[in-house]
Amino acid sequence: MTERTVLEMTGIRKTFPGVVALDGVDFRLFPGEVHALMGENGAGKSTLIKVLTGVYGIDSGEIRLAGEPVRFAGPLQAQQAGVSTVYQEVNLCANLSVAENIFIGREPRRLGSIRWGEMRKRAAKLLAGLDLDLDVAAPLSSYSLAIQQMVAIARAIDISAKVLILDEPTSSLDASEVRRLFDVMRRLKDDGVAILFVSHFLDQVYEVADRMTVLRNGRLIGEHRTAELPQMQLVTKMIGKELTVLDRLDDEARTAAAPGEPVVTAKGLGRAGAIQPFDLTIRAGEIVGLAGLLGSGRTEVARLLYGADRADTGHLEVGGEPVTFRAPRTAMRHGIAFSSENRRTEGIIGELTVRENIVLALQAARGWSRPVPRRRQDELVAKYVKALDIRPADPETPVRNLSGGNQQKVLLARWLITEPRLLIVDEPTRGIDVGAKAEIQKLLVGLAGDGMAVLFVSAELEEVLRLSHKIEVLRDRRLVEEIENTGGVDADRIMQTIASGANG
Amino acid sequence: MTALTRHRLFWPAAVLVVLLVSNLFFAPRFFSITVQDGHLYGSLIDVLRSSAPLVLVALGMTVVIATGGIDLSVGSVMAIAGAVACLMIGDLPDQGSVGGVLLAVGAAIALAVVLGLWNGVLVSVIGIQPIIATLILMVAGRGIAQLLTSGQIINVSSPPFRVIGAGYFLALPVSVLIAAAVVAIAVLLTRRSALGVLVEAVGASPTASRLAGIRARGLTIMAYVFAAVCAAVAGLIFSSNVASADSNAAGNLIELDAILAVVIGGTALTGGRFSLAGSVLGAVLISALDITTYTIGIPAETTLLFKAVVVVVLCLSQSAAFRAVVFRRRTAGAPA
Repeated sequence: MTERTVLEMTGIRKTFPGVVALDGVDFRLFPGEVHALMGENGAGKSTLIKVLTGVYGIDSGEIRLAGEPVRFAGPLQAQQAGVSTVYQEVNLCANLSVAENIFIGREPRRLGSIRWGEMRKRAAKLLAGLDLDLDVAAPLSSYSLAIQQMVAIARAIDISAKVLILDEPTSSLDASEVRRLFDVMRRLKDDGVAILFVSHFLDQVYEVADRMTVLRNGRLIGEHRTAELPQMQLVTKMIGKELTVLDRLDDEARTAAAPGEPVVTAKGLGRAGAIQPFDLTIRAGEIVGLAGLLGSGRTEVARLLYGADRADTGHLEVGGEPVTFRAPRTAMRHGIAFSSENRRTEGIIGELTVRENIVLALQAARGWSRPVPRRRQDELVAKYVKALDIRPADPETPVRNLSGGNQQKVLLARWLITEPRLLIVDEPTRGIDVGAKAEIQKLLVGLAGDGMAVLFVSAELEEVLRLSHKIEVLRDRRLVEEIENTGGVDADRIMQTIASGANG
Repeated sequence: MTALTRHRLFWPAAVLVVLLVSNLFFAPRFFSITVQDGHLYGSLIDVLRSSAPLVLVALGMTVVIATGGIDLSVGSVMAIAGAVACLMIGDLPDQGSVGGVLLAVGAAIALAVVLGLWNGVLVSVIGIQPIIATLILMVAGRGIAQLLTSGQIINVSSPPFRVIGAGYFLALPVSVLIAAAVVAIAVLLTRRSALGVLVEAVGASPTASRLAGIRARGLTIMAYVFAAVCAAVAGLIFSSNVASADSNAAGNLIELDAILAVVIGGTALTGGRFSLAGSVLGAVLISALDITTYTIGIPAETTLLFKAVVVVVLCLSQSAAFRAVVFRRRTAGAPA
């Protein structure tokens, strides 16, 4: 390469107490390219980005921006120098308007007062450039997560034009929104912006990235042109061993299909504005998958079954007995567990330790006056840290220091120790890497094999197809079809149902 | 050494030591403790004794703050507890009757439980923001106390009641022993049972806690009841010490000192992780600060200013960013 790099990082080393997060990592970024940063959870991707944007300092190494050595004291300084980031979880203020979010901290002013009209006009123009037609005066919270993500990108683009970092931007977008985002990325690329793209969706990486850098355990594994590195080879590089788990899963899932007694039966269960009344039976030893587009009512079904939201029509039976769930507590008492799709806000409690988070649901069920004895806690935690391969393995680490995939495993562990009859998992594999994803899928299959009923919610059709015995297809907040997942069913068949809304 | 300075209670502890030592220049006998009539006397004992009410109030405040709330009504609860106890003792045919005094103390604490329930229900059942919910009792409570005492200061001369705030047991002030006992009970209750971690979970993330099946409502109500009971005990100590019920002076502005003590102790006002030991340290520190202003002869009119300066220094010393600037070394950021 004779081209000049816009960004060059050499020999980056960063340690946290007890952990070497990055060890002599080199990274380069050229103008007008989309560069994917690949690696498993905990490989150091997030740390590298945070080091680059000045969130963390570095222990040694050098960062050069357009040839000049730089060291950012914080994201603000990085932004001013032309490096902007859109993080995995939208970091905007939901209660402020769209325009305010785009211009917060750099509002157009005259004599110290904000020029609101000008701000709204510029925001609308900026969004129009991304093919978005929004009411920029409306609060951000009135838009879907996907739109919020686009707004975050619009903000980042407007701030800086040199380097744009997109950390898992597609994890909450549906297929058409991903397409739109990629169009935007390509347009920016043609304008000479260097885009650093992090995603766990390999297909997306192959679709949009020109080159990729692979990290593993904080070390640089290699830099490749996307076209020259087949997917299978990439995965091998990322996890450091051959990936065969997924192939084996297919057979297991099929053969394990021997559903037992119904665990949960919903009849005409519904909630106005959330999901139309639906019938659903989940049997012991069965994995039921919920398929549908973003906003089709997948999460709403899960929440009703757990009592996280109250149903206003229909009724529910658990193990043949009629029940009414007024709160999650009641559902828990009946042996139902629910792991939310919003890991950070509705799942883990960041400042508590891994141990405390894992024991939390069990402890809640027992009440405050009957603490789980410390020795039992340690036993349970050690068992699940090992079984799910939670890293770092120190149970006294605050959970917020763990990577997304490991946080997800902590959440699963929290529910597994309550020994539920029905485990509801909403997007358990979103935003986590291939290795951890395969592990979690394997775990769910194993649990069903042991007789647990599992309700599996995922935006990824392939995943739903691979795991489920039965697939419930949702469309426009209505359960439109139930498909037995026998040999002949494939993604096209489900897509058709989603598209046509056939009520079969 | 760095492990020591990194400890979250290092800086408040250091400031406390500096404060105490600085008294030496003005009162050479500051650290001497003497025995008179089998009681321990000395400035250090005075610091502990005067800190007892604040320690108690800060203790309750810590738990409330951990749930993500705040209790502004603690001062008023102190006043009400003192007023009720003194009224009942004043009505006793024999003010020296131990049974009568115990009954009065019991009534004051029972009333505090009711007041705590009131706060807790307003916050967790009706869903009023804690600062507003407890503001109601903060304002109304002092009115109730004045109503009870008809706006007068009620004096009592009851030796058994005096013991609470001014008595000695095993050479130590009873008030200090009471505070220590409540601290011990609180620590055992929060850390030996699951109360502590459940409260922290609720304070750190109400949504996640609900989905994990935690009954936040009961926990929140308990926290406010605990805060009110702590305040009532503090009110009894205060009122016993001056042998009267002064509805205006009792616990006046103590909620602010208590909040300060909690913050100094390292509990974030946003809720979640809490440290009872930290709050106790914070409360003792604030009392030591008050006593120091007297010892070193700061003019009465500048006392508050002096206090403010020390608090600012203290808060700055707890800020990692500030220390980094002062000591001109880059502190490695911790993972967020």
